Amino acid sequence: MAEHIVPTRVYYTIFAILMLCTYLTVRIAFFDLGPLNVVAALTIAVLKATLVVLFFMHVKYSTKLTWAVVLGSVFWLGILLALTMSDYLTRAWRTYG
Amino acid sequence: MTTALVPARHYLNDGYGIKSWLLTRDHKRIALLYLAGVTFFFFIGGAFAVLIRLELATPVGDLVSDETYNKLFTMHGVMMVFFFLIPAIPSVLGNFLVPIMIGAKDLAFPKLNLASWYIYMLGAAFTTYAIVTGGLDTGWTFYTPFSTVASTSAVIPAALGIFITGFSSILTGLNFIVTIHRMRAPGMTWFRLPLFIWSHYATSLIMVLGTPVLAITILLVAAERVFHFGFFDPAVGGDPVLFQHLFWFYSHPAVYIMILPAMGVISELIAAFCRKPVYGYPFVAFASLAIAVLGFLVWAHHMFVAGISVYAAMIFSILSFLVAIPSAVKVFNWTATMYKGSVSWQTPMLYAIGFIGLFTIGGLTGLFLAAVGLDIHVTDTYFIVAHFHYIMVGGTIMAYLGGLHYWWPKISGRLYNEWLAKVSALVIFVGFNLTFFPQFILGYLGMPRRYHAYPPEFQVLNVLSSAGASILGVGYLLPMMYLTWSLRYGRLASANPWGAVGLEWNTTSPPPTANFAEPPEVTWEAYDYGSPAVVEHV
Amino acid sequence: MSDIHAHPALAHHFDSLEEQKEAATLGMWVFLVTEVLFFGGIFATYAIYRSWYPEAFAAASHELDVTLGTINTAVLITSSLTMALAVHAAQLGRRTKVMVFLVLTMALGGVFLGIKGVEYYHKFTEHLIPGPGFQFEKEHLRHAQIFFSLYFMMTGLHALHMIIGFGIMLVMLWWAWRGTITKEYYSPIEISGLYWHFVDIVWIFLFPLLYLIGRHAH
Repeated sequence: MAEHIVPTRVYYTIFAILMLCTYLTVRIAFFDLGPLNVVAALTIAVLKATLVVLFFMHVKYSTKLTWAVVLGSVFWLGILLALTMSDYLTRAWRTYG
Repeated sequence: MTTALVPARHYLNDGYGIKSWLLTRDHKRIALLYLAGVTFFFFIGGAFAVLIRLELATPVGDLVSDETYNKLFTMHGVMMVFFFLIPAIPSVLGNFLVPIMIGAKDLAFPKLNLASWYIYMLGAAFTTYAIVTGGLDTGWTFYTPFSTVASTSAVIPAALGIFITGFSSILTGLNFIVTIHRMRAPGMTWFRLPLFIWSHYATSLIMVLGTPVLAITILLVAAERVFHFGFFDPAVGGDPVLFQHLFWFYSHPAVYIMILPAMGVISELIAAFCRKPVYGYPFVAFASLAIAVLGFLVWAHHMFVAGISVYAAMIFSILSFLVAIPSAVKVFNWTATMYKGSVSWQTPMLYAIGFIGLFTIGGLTGLFLAAVGLDIHVTDTYFIVAHFHYIMVGGTIMAYLGGLHYWWPKISGRLYNEWLAKVSALVIFVGFNLTFFPQFILGYLGMPRRYHAYPPEFQVLNVLSSAGASILGVGYLLPMMYLTWSLRYGRLASANPWGAVGLEWNTTSPPPTANFAEPPEVTWEAYDYGSPAVVEHV
Repeated sequence: MSDIHAHPALAHHFDSLEEQKEAATLGMWVFLVTEVLFFGGIFATYAIYRSWYPEAFAAASHELDVTLGTINTAVLITSSLTMALAVHAAQLGRRTKVMVFLVLTMALGGVFLGIKGVEYYHKFTEHLIPGPGFQFEKEHLRHAQIFFSLYFMMTGLHALHMIIGFGIMLVMLWWAWRGTITKEYYSPIEISGLYWHFVDIVWIFLFPLLYLIGRHAH
């Protein structure tokens, strides 16, 4: 079988980066960056998730179909969030107090 | 045309006894299990419809109380939508045909396929339990805050039943996607696939992408009811309209779960009975995918009066109009296929013609509802009721019955009574229009839906509608009787009684358990009527 | 049709183990798509209410224990590493190693759930369960309930996925032990791994969204 076997070195490296990112995201949260706090937190989370998907879940070495499935799920999540927000961000009235 | 009529060994006589059915992994037998299930729940849902139409025969609310009436239309909707319309074509015809049409021995995950039937039955059991222990009065849409804080009916068991059934839908969709990607016979390229397969592929995408959002929405409602969590409760600052967003994110595409497989059936019928390849095959194929994608971008047109922002209403209105394009592509291409075809008017073709007409009316009135101004005028009136019944009953059920008749000889190995079948198709068509066309007028005149009493000036049209419903009821009972009768007394069917092309006609009627005597290899294009190679094959 | 002596794990409707493995992997990925959309619904809910009530969310988030949250994040990431190493060992056909890494993964999963349980217990004693008994500073009394409703729903569903994952790992351990899992047939472990990593990813988002709102204020 033409199976790609990833050397364990790659796994350990990714693990180290993930741990470092976790440390960073906690540290950054304690600085006041205004609206950038949430941006930083989500950027780091997306980065971590991407690393897990690409390496731990082997998508980097997978078929185009797998890529399509992964990107498709992100795209549909985007539809759900964006179109729902299209209502909430443009309402003249806002909240239930 | 054929030699031996019935093969000695086929999937129906490959094992006897209740166990050989309840533990089967054969997609064809599972399809029949589903057939039994959806037929049963169709008639349960139909019984509620009968009571609704009886009540509405007179203007005063005399037959049932207003609370009972609320439960009747809710349970009619829940049964028909979740336990009949959504599973009907994919789980019965799709289950039976998807592997055969692509030349596979079975679906990719036969055990999951069987599991999906049990999950469906379990979900149905929960919902049935809700019905017999007090019923459900929220409307099939479960709108908050009524469903979370006000309703005293059996919301939790009913919602749980729908949650569970959702998994069966997901598993069916997942199985189809993997099967269509991975298990096509040698030579069966994407553009040689029957359009039935394309439409089921698109349907599966919606099942997989939409259903989980309904699942989480139902869980949120349940958590709010049981634990007093506040997701949609204005008392703690929650927004009830958010429920509608999440609900329609699934439930609008769910309409396409009902209609896309129906469109796949119609493509097969039109090609077979016009003896021509479907005109503009790639356009029809991609129109299915386009409907699946666009279907996810239009949900808030159900919410124009719910308090969403004007800008969002504009966006969703424009996007809703876009769905008309791929739908129209299909209707035009079917019509173009009939042009100069050698059309034969057998029962399945009658249903197909009926579908095209009724779907067109349903679709065009959908454009009324995409237009914000007009939608506000007819929201929550019988206009809506008529519109979606034209799509769901006039569209999906017509196609389902057409498909059932077309593939019945393949499924059962028997022929039904053609004369009776034609008469019933006609009865259904007449009964359907008599039932639902008056409702367009009623709605436009302002009769609201979901009330058990109405002003006397609406009575004539309501009586027409109720009369039509009784004709429609007879029309639905007839096929059940003569199809069942044919199982024992029908003439034996040949492998290809219609002289149609497609892998399912290249195997015996009924097919062997492994679907084909030897694994097929495809060397011809889809709907290759007239090509000598195919004619010889037939 | 391959006429090779069928591998015991080869199902009748597939021609080869390779084909079967590809189908199983694709199936798991499609299942994970449904999971993304499932959690997507509640993430959308979160996004709306956080944008509506930022102060209440920050105040409520301060009631969560960052230290325990961080430890749990590290625990879960480590379990993802051991899971990846279990798959690696399975690819090489190293049965003992597979079992060791599976046990480690399960142990870390257990630690995570234990810590989660401690946190839940604290919330319970601090009257932070939404509903009539909910206690919070008056200003945010109502909106903080939305935060905690989301907190319990999100972490609860995540924990449920962990428990299911734990069960799957038990089955994998048993299969590895009795020799079902081999160098030729390791796809069950691989697709179980996909599921486990997915659950890890959900937590990667939950952690900053729930624990790290407006931490600089205190």
